[in-house]
Amino acid sequence: MSGNIQLLSDTLAAAKAEGRAALIAYLPAGFPTVDGGIEAIKAALEGGADVMEVGLPHSDPVLDGPVIQTADDIALRGGVKIAHVMRTVKEAHEATGKPILVMTYWNPIDRYGVERFTAELAEAGGAGCILPDLPVQEAALWREHAEKHGLATVFVVAPSSKDARLAQITAAGSGFVYAASLMGVTGTRESVGAQAQNLVERTRATGTDLPVCVGLGVSDAAQAAEVAGFADGVIVGSAFVKRMLDAPDDAAGVEAVRALAGDLAKGVRGQA
Amino acid sequence: MPSEFFIPDPEGHVPSPEGYFGAFGGKFIPEALVAAVDEVAVEYDKAKHDPEFARELDDLLLNYTGRPSALTEVPRFAEHAGGARVFLKREDLNHTGSHKINNVLGQALLTKRMGKTRVIAETGAGQHGVATATACALFGLECTIYMGEIDTRRQALNVARMRMLGAEVVAVKSGSRTLKDAINEAFRDWVANVDHTHYLFGTVAGPHPFPAMVRDFHRVIGVEARRQLLERAGRLPDAAIACVGGGSNAIGLFHAFIPDEGVRLIGCEPAGHGVETGEHAATLTAGEPGILHGSRSYVLQDEEGQITEPYSISAGLDYPGIGPEHSYLKDSGRGEYRAVTDDAAMQALRLLSRTEGIIPAIESAHALAGALEVGRELGPDGLIVVNLSGRGDKDMDTAARYFGLYDTDAEVAADAADTAEIEGDAK
Repeated sequence: MSGNIQLLSDTLAAAKAEGRAALIAYLPAGFPTVDGGIEAIKAALEGGADVMEVGLPHSDPVLDGPVIQTADDIALRGGVKIAHVMRTVKEAHEATGKPILVMTYWNPIDRYGVERFTAELAEAGGAGCILPDLPVQEAALWREHAEKHGLATVFVVAPSSKDARLAQITAAGSGFVYAASLMGVTGTRESVGAQAQNLVERTRATGTDLPVCVGLGVSDAAQAAEVAGFADGVIVGSAFVKRMLDAPDDAAGVEAVRALAGDLAKGVRGQA
Repeated sequence: MPSEFFIPDPEGHVPSPEGYFGAFGGKFIPEALVAAVDEVAVEYDKAKHDPEFARELDDLLLNYTGRPSALTEVPRFAEHAGGARVFLKREDLNHTGSHKINNVLGQALLTKRMGKTRVIAETGAGQHGVATATACALFGLECTIYMGEIDTRRQALNVARMRMLGAEVVAVKSGSRTLKDAINEAFRDWVANVDHTHYLFGTVAGPHPFPAMVRDFHRVIGVEARRQLLERAGRLPDAAIACVGGGSNAIGLFHAFIPDEGVRLIGCEPAGHGVETGEHAATLTAGEPGILHGSRSYVLQDEEGQITEPYSISAGLDYPGIGPEHSYLKDSGRGEYRAVTDDAAMQALRLLSRTEGIIPAIESAHALAGALEVGRELGPDGLIVVNLSGRGDKDMDTAARYFGLYDTDAEVAADAADTAEIEGDAK
């Protein structure tokens, strides 16, 4: 069975055809529990997210701020395994028909086996992976297997990326390009600076056909609207996780996620 | 004039352009750090070939660090090591009390060359943190040190030293609250502040070029020891022994001996409560290849690539990874790695203190315990050099609790039993 890279591309193209940015939401698998996480992810998609990134919790999330670190800890203490991540992808996709990506550090895939991981992710209906600590020059093996299984390889670009490097990354990636809005780890920020727009413009200047989506720091509809003004997609993670952490119980957390997705969906349509 | 102390680029063991020693190494870093890590590689390469850089670093190593460090023969200790001759390379006598200053001064000069004004570093035992804080005071650089919360407690003296030197010390409360987590937090800081900040990495791990660069700065240890041994003993040693956490003092000692096929290179990993208990940090003994902190090397991990929590009584060795060049030495068979328990290390610490009047760091005591074993294997004709990588002042609280040395502890009175225990364990 082939993965859903085409569904991802079609979804992003459809948003563009509507004259808006896509909303891409992130939540880790297994948080607060495997089933609770699936409910929250479905709520984000039903609430208005176009695409979901499912996080594979890691013991050493070097690129994540305290909010996602806390969620990863809860998930790992709860015993989340790669099999649970695959089940989360499968159930979220089957329930909503929307494209689901996995976001993970590289070591879990390296250890699990690239062929085994890509085959299982495609089988689960996944659309691809975002691999924030796998740089393009180390990605040949991954890309070979991802391509074989119809999975997107979403690379991250950063404000510090030089133009030649942007060209190399956009040439190697598929699905979309993840533009980090700022230099730093995940987490909500007061503002998403002008360097995000500059990075989007520099990325497009490579001549790539890939949509350029902006993540890191976006937390509310007004910020989403601002980013939607210059990017093809808006990625929101920590703000969703924070709603879950702050909720009095799991059911309230799921509803808070649904409500935030609704707000952000208005934002990406310029209705903030 | 050739540089006396800064001696990079040895024969062989130069990593590939991508930073690989065989199958190990590389650069597994987020895109945000790629430009900065590349800049370090380019600047280091320039510095390495710049006589002015070597002159400045040599001057510091001679007049500030106090190189060359002494080589001390320890015959009373060696009586417990099968009668083999044992020499200690006295990195504990360097300014700041460990080998760490060799690398720190090199990278601090590099920081200045890159025009950066702030330095961050991780530390386990506090030795690298103290050395870094020292260099930052000397060069007028802003300094932040990340240290696991557990380590800030067991190495409280070094926390005070770093603060005295003007550094900010951040106690890291995530994960296992030890060295691994301090490195995670330092990486998070670096990603956010990389435009004006250099991450002064303290061991021979991390992304290329750190493993090769940090090794080059420590090569002086083995180069000196080799020369001193030839002068004093008239021959090369049978074994060069060092403790390994990340592996910087070990690679520093080993490197000059790699071409000498008759010299066994023996790294002593922390076995904690025993490798079989699962409470250890013996990465090469019990780990599998994986990616941690920017390079491929042996890693303590589970079957799904989650890093497992390490344990050692020694904060400086309490790390689930190891430098890629050590993984290469292990797999090629050139290096031998054995695991030493907390108890064996503590006994060796006390033995050296009482037989030679030298109190070693608990880290270095793992190498001493290894030397006792290897000496007995070699017998009276054996010749061993051990890297005494650091002094033990910082560990006195841990040691006093372990042996019951405080006045409030009744066991301190039972000195006779204490002595008997040393003799019994060591022989």
